[in-house]
Amino acid sequence: MRSNNVMLHTITRIVTFTILAFSVYLFFAGHNNPGGGFIGGLMTASALLLMYLGFDMKSVKKAIPFNFTHMIAVGLLISIFTGLGSIGLGFPFLTQFDRYVTVPFLGEFHLTTALPFDLGIYLVVVGIALLIILTIAEDDA
Amino acid sequence: MTALHWATISPFLLAILVPFLYKYLRNIHTGWFVLALPVFLFIYFIQFLPVTSNGDVVKHTVPWVPSLGINFTVYVDGLSLLFLLLITGIGSLVVLYSIYYLSKKTESLNNFYVYLLMFMGAMLGVVISDNLIVLYVFWELTSLASSLLISYWFHREKSIYGAQKSMLITVFGGFAMLGGFSLLYVMTNTFSIRGIIEQAAIIANDPLILPAMLLILLGAFTKSAQFPFHIWLPDAMEAPTPVSAYLHSATMVKAGIYLVARLTPAFGGLPEWFWIVSAFGIFTLLWGSVSAVRQKDLKSILAFSTISQLGLIMSLLGLGSAALYYGTGTEAALYYSAATLAAVFHLINHATFKGGLFMAVGIIDHETGTRDIRKLGGLMAIMPITFTISLIGLAAMAGLPPLNGFLSKEMFFTGILRASELDIFNMQTWGLLFPVIGWIASVFTFVYCTIMFFKTFTGKFQPEKLDVKHVHEAPIGMLISPIILVSLVVIFGFFPNILSYTIIEPAMAAILPGLLDEGQRFYVNIYHWHGFNTELLMTIGVIGVGIFIYLTAKKWMQLNIYLKERDPLNYFYDQSLVGLIKGSTSVTQIQMTGLLRDYFAYMITFTVLLLGYTFVRYDVFAIDTTNVAVISPYMWILTLVFIAATLAVPFINHRITAIIIVGVIGFLLALFFAVFRAPDLVLTQLLVETVMVVLLLLAFYHLPELRKEKFTPRFNGVNLIISVAVGIFITVTAFSAFALSTSNGIEPISLYFVENSYTLAAGKNMVNVILVDFRGLDTLLEVLVLGIAALGVVTLIKLRMTGREDV
Repeated sequence: MRSNNVMLHTITRIVTFTILAFSVYLFFAGHNNPGGGFIGGLMTASALLLMYLGFDMKSVKKAIPFNFTHMIAVGLLISIFTGLGSIGLGFPFLTQFDRYVTVPFLGEFHLTTALPFDLGIYLVVVGIALLIILTIAEDDA
Repeated sequence: MTALHWATISPFLLAILVPFLYKYLRNIHTGWFVLALPVFLFIYFIQFLPVTSNGDVVKHTVPWVPSLGINFTVYVDGLSLLFLLLITGIGSLVVLYSIYYLSKKTESLNNFYVYLLMFMGAMLGVVISDNLIVLYVFWELTSLASSLLISYWFHREKSIYGAQKSMLITVFGGFAMLGGFSLLYVMTNTFSIRGIIEQAAIIANDPLILPAMLLILLGAFTKSAQFPFHIWLPDAMEAPTPVSAYLHSATMVKAGIYLVARLTPAFGGLPEWFWIVSAFGIFTLLWGSVSAVRQKDLKSILAFSTISQLGLIMSLLGLGSAALYYGTGTEAALYYSAATLAAVFHLINHATFKGGLFMAVGIIDHETGTRDIRKLGGLMAIMPITFTISLIGLAAMAGLPPLNGFLSKEMFFTGILRASELDIFNMQTWGLLFPVIGWIASVFTFVYCTIMFFKTFTGKFQPEKLDVKHVHEAPIGMLISPIILVSLVVIFGFFPNILSYTIIEPAMAAILPGLLDEGQRFYVNIYHWHGFNTELLMTIGVIGVGIFIYLTAKKWMQLNIYLKERDPLNYFYDQSLVGLIKGSTSVTQIQMTGLLRDYFAYMITFTVLLLGYTFVRYDVFAIDTTNVAVISPYMWILTLVFIAATLAVPFINHRITAIIIVGVIGFLLALFFAVFRAPDLVLTQLLVETVMVVLLLLAFYHLPELRKEKFTPRFNGVNLIISVAVGIFITVTAFSAFALSTSNGIEPISLYFVENSYTLAAGKNMVNVILVDFRGLDTLLEVLVLGIAALGVVTLIKLRMTGREDV
């Protein structure tokens, strides 16, 4: 049975993007302000959950064609390879590096290897939150 | 590895080959292949006779675990050689006998000979080892092999019972013995028996000597079936008769005797050793001979007779050890050593006549199908050779002239009479008991020998009671071994002195070293006629009273006690086993309730008690308020709300409310984090708590239909006490830890992070820098934990069994 939830749909469309944007902000702000991969990941997951609440499973899956199990694996791999990279350069596992880089037109950026590490965590957290909740929700036994 | 080492382990090597011989050479009885080895070993060991009779020893060492002082040292002196010859000699005869006793068609001979060889090798190892640990290893192997042999016919319940009993008792003793050996090592710092004997004078004053002695004697007594550990031996009679003849009369049960004799130089001369060994021995002698009279089964009679004779040897060893008290070359020492001489001589004699008797009984069993003396009778004419063998064996056992049993019995009386004259160890008051008990036991020995003889061979032949149709004499092959053994009985009876200086004297010198001056020898001269002395009168008395008792048999055989075959001690053994099982079951049932709640209660109570004990024991409780921060009013309010919410949880009787309250507590916690200035934690806590509540609600929604009743939390006083105790102790611990942290003066590591998070890691959010940079590995693994949890949820739900399947 499908009811015509115009209000919910409309608001979801707007709010989801707001939350997603906020989660991306949290993720990038992590190094110098409150935030980081874990919180960002959870926030993203809640944005996506909102979409699942607003629309039905099928259409959301069409919109977000991710396999969350793979997402967990990819996230873990990213984090581990960040760590392994430092071994390749002759440093202990998980040594982080940082550098100020000036990109033309965009200005100066402060890049650090903690970012890909955090990205891995972000992906894992998104993956597990959605995987757990969707698995339980989809279970009709 | 010298030839002696190879000789010791050769039975094990042959045992490996036996199954192949059995499988690929089915036409030949496997026993023939086995027979060659003990015969060869016997001949090999005989070559050592000149060496040991000169008073020399052979000693070779092969390191095994040198760092622990464990070396496979073979040591051959008079005592070892005596046992080596007994083991291989009687071993050969038993193997020969078993070839005719066990059919190659119906019996699994491979098992039998593997076990028998294993036993033989273990026994050789026991008597040849100079190292206590190696001795112990072989000792346990004899227990193992013995149990395997007793349960050879494992489909019989009684065999299993007997094997289990012998295993439990002998291994119990073996463990105790290991403890005793370890104590000896503590005292002397060596496992070598020679090394220990050299320090005998030093260890005599060590406080550990008594426990060591008791533990070792426990091992020796269990193995040698001394009272009250003798109960396994009658039940071991379920073994095939060759096994009974070999293990339970000639070899294994003498391992304990060997150990006592071997360690006499270390402990001898001490009153405790003297009293324990001789008192237990003499009592076993009496108990065994009295019990043997009651038996109706031929093998049981022989079993109790073995027990009694072992007691005799044991008590003589104990009495003889007193000689060591007097020291080198003294007249008294040599006078009292007569008991040891009797022990060694009787040891040999017992092996010969008891082996022969067991084999004779095996023949009777084999040919008539029964061993019950109430069914047997009148076999004299039917089985003349077996009759002769039994007659000689029984006469020797009863101590009749001119057989060797007579000589050793006379020497037993001599030894025991001389020992009773001792003026040490309180023997002035108790000394007379030994000859009296010994004499009474000898009377009973005479009685059961006559019972066994007359009930089996005289009277009326009763074929209707037997299952076998045609009772006839055994085949010649089966008779060879017992004939050889009883010939030895006769030969040693008529010419006892062929053993005197070849075997007996070297063995005595090994048991009682240091008694002789240089070049001196023990005076061993055994002859029949001592003149009219006390010993002779005692023997005449034994025969007279014994005949009288047998003639009045009709009267006392009606007595109630005569009808009871089983040893009353079995009752205690059985009851204690039953009690053990019942006790452990009930303890488990009380403790292992299967309720998770109870296990939680155990764990938490234990933790609290341990904590409480530590607090009291070390007096570490402390409150330090010097560093406490000022608490602002809104913190007080927040705390009160928090406490109120927490207190509410146990009283809620609706699940949804409980979930919501738990959520409230979580959000309050986030508020706390905010108050204590932890923005990252606030964000995480809020999000996680939200997810948690969602999941709890999902779980609630999925509760099974039938059980959807509302629940009310039950009040449980014990739970309340435990919870309060936990709360108090956590609080106390926290206070004390806080006080410690302010008083110990150690700077917290967080200062380092505060200073370096930007300079080293280029981040201003210190929490995040710690998470991804300073302590990144923790984060990585925590994320891994999350991933595993997610996959766990997926597998639990997606791969669910559809029911009825076996997990």
